[in-house]
Amino acid sequence: MERLEFLQKCILVIVGASVPVSALTLIDPKKVFAKNPDIQWAFLVDTNKCVGCGFCVKACKTENDVPFEANVSRTWVERYVYTKDDKRYVDSPKAALNGFPESRIDLGRGEYKEIDKTNVGKAFFVPKLCNHCSSPACTQVCPVGATYKTDDGVVLVDRTWCIGCGYCIMACPYAARFFHPITKVVDKCTFCYHRLSKGLDSACVNACPFKARRMGNIHDKNDPITKIIMNERVGVLKDEFGTKPQAFYIGLAQEVR
Amino acid sequence: MIVHGEAWTIKELFTLPNEYIYWSIQIVMYPFMTGLVAGAFVLSSLYHVFGVEKLKEIARFSLVFSFALLPVAMMPLMLHLQQPFRGIHVLMTPHFTSAISAFGIVFLTYASIVATEIWLVYRKYFVQTAQSLMAKQNRSMVDNGRMMIFQALTLGARDISPEAVEKDHKACKIMAGIGIPVACFLHGYAGFIFGSVKANALWMTPLMPVIFICSAVVSGVALCILTYVIVQEIRKYMARSKMARWATDADAPNAEELESTKHTEVMISSNYLLYFMIAAMTLEILDLIFRGYTQVKSWDILREVIMERDFTKIFILQYFIGNLVPFIMMSLPGRTVRRTTIATVLVLFGVFMMRYNVVIGGQAFSLSFSGFMDYHLPIIPHDLETFKEGLFGALTVIATPFILFYFINMFIPAFLKEESTH
Amino acid sequence: MLGLVVDKSTNIVLFVYQNFTTVFISFVSVTILMWQEGGRVKSHVWRPLYVVIAFVAALLLFRFFYVPNDFGSGKRGFMYSYHRLSNEAEWKNQPAKYSTSGRERMHEYCSACHGDVVKVRTEKLHGIIPCENCHGPAFQHPEKPEKLTIDRSRGLCLRCHTNLPYATSERHRIPGVDPKTHNTGMECVKCHNPHNPSLEGMK
Repeated sequence: MERLEFLQKCILVIVGASVPVSALTLIDPKKVFAKNPDIQWAFLVDTNKCVGCGFCVKACKTENDVPFEANVSRTWVERYVYTKDDKRYVDSPKAALNGFPESRIDLGRGEYKEIDKTNVGKAFFVPKLCNHCSSPACTQVCPVGATYKTDDGVVLVDRTWCIGCGYCIMACPYAARFFHPITKVVDKCTFCYHRLSKGLDSACVNACPFKARRMGNIHDKNDPITKIIMNERVGVLKDEFGTKPQAFYIGLAQEVR
Repeated sequence: MIVHGEAWTIKELFTLPNEYIYWSIQIVMYPFMTGLVAGAFVLSSLYHVFGVEKLKEIARFSLVFSFALLPVAMMPLMLHLQQPFRGIHVLMTPHFTSAISAFGIVFLTYASIVATEIWLVYRKYFVQTAQSLMAKQNRSMVDNGRMMIFQALTLGARDISPEAVEKDHKACKIMAGIGIPVACFLHGYAGFIFGSVKANALWMTPLMPVIFICSAVVSGVALCILTYVIVQEIRKYMARSKMARWATDADAPNAEELESTKHTEVMISSNYLLYFMIAAMTLEILDLIFRGYTQVKSWDILREVIMERDFTKIFILQYFIGNLVPFIMMSLPGRTVRRTTIATVLVLFGVFMMRYNVVIGGQAFSLSFSGFMDYHLPIIPHDLETFKEGLFGALTVIATPFILFYFINMFIPAFLKEESTH
Repeated sequence: MLGLVVDKSTNIVLFVYQNFTTVFISFVSVTILMWQEGGRVKSHVWRPLYVVIAFVAALLLFRFFYVPNDFGSGKRGFMYSYHRLSNEAEWKNQPAKYSTSGRERMHEYCSACHGDVVKVRTEKLHGIIPCENCHGPAFQHPEKPEKLTIDRSRGLCLRCHTNLPYATSERHRIPGVDPKTHNTGMECVKCHNPHNPSLEGMK
C-alpha cells in the first residue's frame, strides 16, 4: 500500500468515526445561557462611609458557614492610620470580625502599637472582598476547571471538583481566597450567589448600617449603583495586574494596596 | 481551629487575613524531584544521542535511576493536595490554560518515553533472562514468578539477532532525542508555574522556566554522579570480597577495573555539570540584578526579604556553599573523584536551597507589601497535616527513590556488561 | 485574534479528549492499518507504543464514566469559565440564613409581628442597623428558629461606640466611650435602650 493511500485511509476512518458521535455531543453552551437576562454583578464600596463596625464580616461568616474561630474570612475590613510623624499603620484584627475594639494597632506576633490621639493624621477603613474580576487570574490557573466566572459575572468554586492545590490562592492578587478548614477545598466570596438568585441582598450588603457596601447590575443603565460607577470618580484595587476587578471603591486612597 | 498553613506560618506586621504559607515544603520537594528526573535523563541522553562513549556506564545507570525517580515526582503533590483522592481530576478535565494541568500529560508522556527507552536498551537482557529461566529445570516459585515477569517485559518481541538489536539501538537514539525536549518541558513547565503568577512579585519573571531547567539539569547530573560513585564503591567492595552473585562470574569486573571506569565517567560528567552550573548561576544573578536596578513597586519589600531576612539562606547557603564553593572545587587543577563527590553534595544542597528560596521566599512577604510571613518547618508532627507537610513528609519523599531503585534493579539491572556498542 | 485561535484550538483538543469513542476507534483503526502496511512498520520497536495506546484508551474509558458530561465553558470562554455547568444551580439552591432587614425592608419582614418595635426603630438613630445584626439570622423565623437570640454583649455595641480618634472617618461622628473606663464589666443594655438609644430616655 502506498503511503499516500495509507494516510487517506486513516483520515477517512477518523472522520467517519467522528460523525455519528459529534452529532450527539456538540452542544453550544452560549445558546443555553442566552435565555438569561443580561446581568453583570458589580460591587460598590464607599470607604468614606465605613466606620469599621465589622457587622459585614460577622454576617458573611454566619451566612456562608465560615467558622468564627478560623482565622480566614471571605471579606474583611482594613484600618489605615497615618500619624503626623509620617508613619503608616495598617491592621485587620481577626479580619475585623469583632470590629476594631481597640485604638492600638495590632502588629502581629502579640505586639501592639499605641498611637497617641494627638498624633493621628489621616485614618480610614477599607472593606475588602473578592473583586469578581472580569479577567480573573484565579480561574485561569485552576488545573481542573473547578473555579469559573458565571455568565452573570460571579466567580464561583465547585466544591465537589476542587483538588485543593492552592494555585488559585497563589494567583489572586487580592488574597481573597483561602482553604476552608472544614470542606478542605478553596473558599471565597460568592457575592452570596444563593441570595441573589432569591432576590435578596448579599449578607454583607444587608448587614452594613451605613450603606458602605452596595451591589448592582452594571449592565443596567438605570441601576443607581451603575450610575454612580459611570458618573462619579471611582477606583479599583491593583489595576496594574489587568484582572479588571468589578468591585469599585469610592474614596480609595492611593496608599491602599 | 487551625486553618491550613497556620500551623507553620508566623505572620508579622500587616498581612492580609487569608494569607498564609500555603505552598510549603512539599512544593519545594516537587520541583527538586522533577529536576532530578530531568537531569538524570539529560545525562543519559548525552550518551545515547550525542554518542559520548565514555559516559556509557553512568548513562545506563542514570536512565534506570531516572525511572526510579519518576513515581516519586508525584508523591509531593499527592501529599500536598487538600483533596488527594481527586488528584486524578488533572487528567480527567485538564484546564489547559493552567500550567499545572500540563503535569498530567507531560508526566505521562515523559514516563512513556523513559519506559520505552529502558525497554529498548534492556530488551535483549529480558529475552535472554526469560529464555534461560524457561530452559531451567526444577523451577522454584520465585523462579516461576521471575520468569513470568521477564516474559511480560519482553512484550513478545523475542528476536535478539544482531539486526533486531540494531533496530533497538536506532529507536533508542530517537527516543532519547525526543526525550530531551520533553524532559526540558517537564521541568520548564514547573518554572512556568511560578514565573507566570503575576500576583507574586518574586516569582513573576520570564526567566523562571529557563532557570528551573538549568538548575534541574545541574541537580540531576550531580545526583547521578554522587549515586554512581557510591554504588561503584559498594560494587568494588563486593568484587573484592566476592559477595554478590555477579562477582563470582569469570568475566566480572574486578575492583581496579571498577575504579578506573568510575574515574573516567565521573570526570567527564562533572565537566557537563560545570557548564550547566554556569548557565544556572548567570540567569539567577541576572534576575537579581534586574530587580535591584529597575526597583519597581515591590522592590522595598523584596529588598528587605532578599538582603536582610533571607540573606543567609540566599547568599550564604545557596550561592556561596551551594554554587560558588563546589564550582571552585571542581575548577581547580588536580580534580579528584573524591573532591567532585563532595562538590556534588554541595551542589544538590544548593539546588534544594534555590527551590526553597523561590517557593518559600515568594511567600515570605505579604501582598500588602507591608508585612512578612515566617516559615517554620514542622519537625515533630502532631497531626496528619504536619506530618505530610513537615520534615518527615520531606524525608519520605527523598528516601523513596532509593528504595524503588533497589527493587527496579532486580529486573532492570543498572550495571550490565554488554558486548556491543552503538 | 490570537485569543480566538487559542480558544478554537482548545475547543478542538477538548472535543477530542471528551469524545472517547472517536479517539478509541481512530486509534484502533490506525493500528490495524499500520499492521497491514508493510514490513517496515511491523518492526517490534513499535510495541511500547501499543502499550501506551492501550493505557491511554483505558484512561479515556475511565474518564467516560467518571467525569460528569456537563463540563463546558460559559460566556467568558475556556480560559475564564471552564466548569461543571450544573454547579451553578447547586450554588443557587443553597439555603439563605439572613432575610433582608435593613431600614427600608425591615417593615416588610419584621413588622407583621413586631410592629411597635419596628415603628420606634425606623424613626430613631439605630434604625440604620438591620434587626438581624443583633438578633441573628431570621430567614425562616418564626418556623426555625422560633425565638431569635438577643445579643446583649458589650462587644456588640463597642463595634461602633468605641471611641476612636479618627477625625477623617465617618467613625468620628458616632458618639463613643472608652471601653476601659466606661462602666467596665457591665452590659450596655442595662442603661441604654438599643431600640431607642436617645440619651434622654436612659434608665
